[in-house]
Amino acid sequence: MSALTKLMISPHIHSGKSTSGIMGDVLIALLPATIAGTVIFGWRALLVIAVCIICSVGFEAIFNLIVKKEQTVGDLSAAVTGLLLALNLPVDVPLWQCAVGSLFAIIVVKCLFGGIGANLVNPAITARVFMLVAFGSMAVPSFPVDSVSSATPLSAEEMPGLLDLFLGRHGGAIGETCVAALLIGGIYLLVRRVISWQIPVVFLGTVFLFSLFMEGFDAVSALSLLMSGGVFIGAIFMATDYTTSPYTPWGKVIFGLGAGLLTCLIRYFGTYPEGVSFAILFMNILNPYICKWTKRKVFTAGGDKE
Amino acid sequence: MGSYLLGIHTPHRKGTKDSPVERLSDVKTVMIPMSMHIGKPATPVVKVGDMVKIGTKIGEADGKVSSDIYASISGKVTKLTDYLLATGKTTTAVIIEADGENAVDEAVAPPVISDRDSFIEAVKKSGIVGLGGAGFPTHVKLDVPTEKIEYLIVNGAECEPYVTSDSVNMLTRADDMAAALKALNKYLGVKKVIIGVEKGNKKVVSAMQSLASSLTELEVKVSVLPDKYPQGGEKVMVYHTTGRKIAANKLPIDVGCIVLNSTTVAQIGSFLKTGMPLTEKLVTVDGAAVTKPQNVIAPIGTPVNVLFDFCGGLKEDPAKIIYGGPMMGITVPNADVPVLKNTNAVLALSEKEAKLPKTTACIRCGACVNTCPFSLAPVNIAEAYSKEDTDELKALSVQSCMECGCCSFVCPANRPLVQINKLSKKLLADNAAKEGSK
Repeated sequence: MSALTKLMISPHIHSGKSTSGIMGDVLIALLPATIAGTVIFGWRALLVIAVCIICSVGFEAIFNLIVKKEQTVGDLSAAVTGLLLALNLPVDVPLWQCAVGSLFAIIVVKCLFGGIGANLVNPAITARVFMLVAFGSMAVPSFPVDSVSSATPLSAEEMPGLLDLFLGRHGGAIGETCVAALLIGGIYLLVRRVISWQIPVVFLGTVFLFSLFMEGFDAVSALSLLMSGGVFIGAIFMATDYTTSPYTPWGKVIFGLGAGLLTCLIRYFGTYPEGVSFAILFMNILNPYICKWTKRKVFTAGGDKE
Repeated sequence: MGSYLLGIHTPHRKGTKDSPVERLSDVKTVMIPMSMHIGKPATPVVKVGDMVKIGTKIGEADGKVSSDIYASISGKVTKLTDYLLATGKTTTAVIIEADGENAVDEAVAPPVISDRDSFIEAVKKSGIVGLGGAGFPTHVKLDVPTEKIEYLIVNGAECEPYVTSDSVNMLTRADDMAAALKALNKYLGVKKVIIGVEKGNKKVVSAMQSLASSLTELEVKVSVLPDKYPQGGEKVMVYHTTGRKIAANKLPIDVGCIVLNSTTVAQIGSFLKTGMPLTEKLVTVDGAAVTKPQNVIAPIGTPVNVLFDFCGGLKEDPAKIIYGGPMMGITVPNADVPVLKNTNAVLALSEKEAKLPKTTACIRCGACVNTCPFSLAPVNIAEAYSKEDTDELKALSVQSCMECGCCSFVCPANRPLVQINKLSKKLLADNAAKEGSK
């Protein structure tokens, strides 16, 4: 008799796509914003990024060791969380706060809920909101801090010009100011089919149209508001997080619309000058319901009832 | 017509497409199981010591949904043995040792057909079952009220990677297909035929187009399908060629269609011409472990290792041997298993080819949801299955799953999604059986 071979249920081939590949693509897509942030805000930006990434990856590794879970840092998702958190912080944030923020993102938001794929809300966004509440102004790029990271345009008296906004030559968090770099990353993710267009386009479109209306149809003002604050980094990189955003096409549209509306409502009527993080966090919580409401109709529907 | 259903781009790996077809002669021994079709196994009508010729009936259909089985070589029945099927059931297999005569049974003669009933009876006698892989007895499929048949759809989609046997049959047996279509027109009143072929399969598209224009007595259209997997699924095929949706628990005939695989059609044609029942099969022999992959015509019952030897032997110990393509094919335990009626390919995958990534946690990316041709939600089905929530499984229509495997193929965490769908269907079937016996 010939040698025995493996018995297995089909399929016997795989696309080759992997979680680490996807996360690697997100890291690549964030590279332009990382470089732009370093050029605009100086070498300390790299220090903040390094601390956040090392802490995020380290905390996840330690957590897995303690609870004796299989090591998951190889999937690169902790590195993505660390990088995203850093890019959402002002350049002069104390490094110990970076460590605490990473701890919150990785341990509280991600690992305690079951690790990758099981968290209800986006770790980086939630950590940013946590730092805003816990450390007050220090973590909030939207308030005047010092000469290096001055106020974001949303709270400044004078708006920078559109070109400066596009290139990121103004105050704000390390990775959020350079719209050009974020767009390059977004296009990369679209081309690589890591994300789909619905969430970013609807999110950005909603913010633009709402601002246009509120600014009395002044397109320049509306564009300025769209390009300031964290709308681009939020719409492209944070709101598109797989685990905490809908996977149905219409769900993505609703998610983008809701996040855009909430961002504007907070900006115009809330007490905080910036609302992107809160808006995404709120939509994260609605995500399971949005998925449920927007289920695709099964092709074979309408058959005999059993 | 609506848009095309979702699906995936698989690698093609159809290297055997243009290689010459060779016939495997002087096979020493064949092992022919009595169950190579959906339905009841055939009853063996030979005993040890009987001499048989090519085309001698060795298995008699047991009831309507069953199929006759014929000897594929001439020689002596040496053994009736138990044979373990891929389904886990055991059936009888007839082992024939060749006498080297290659004699054809005297009873083999073109069938005499006068009307619909004698045509269906002839198809039954031919031993033909769905040759695309499912193996559903063809005479049962055709035995429907003729006024219900609006379209005959010839399934020429060969979306599984590696497999090229249907394409080769369409290129080389167009005249057999024409004979079958004429007979289907004459006796079953089929007026409209649609032949579905993938766009990228250009040679076959043009071969089928010339077949279509050569048939004047009936309307034949070639429908060019997208180069995506799975086009060959019956419900996908009917939707893409006619725009008609087949609901769960319904059959193509419920929307006026009969779907026949292209090789099945060719086989009907050659039977009508010669009377030779289904005794041999064109099989794609491929996979990185095979030295010289090619298409081979082999007697049914030929051990797979004889096919491999014919193709230059195996370069390395295969990690997996598969009946059919890699997306839906069935692994077999070793190379002693025989070529069956519905075997269209035998693959010997190398260790490297068969390597699958490690399964990791679901990241809820939705790739499974956004590739399922039937818009099912494998991610939610897996959750419901883990809780054994049968109500939720029903609500998620898991019974509709055609098990194409797109979800598992695209999953970046390589989660066993289609596998869980199959288990879920089994769970619901077992539960229904329990309810029934109460």
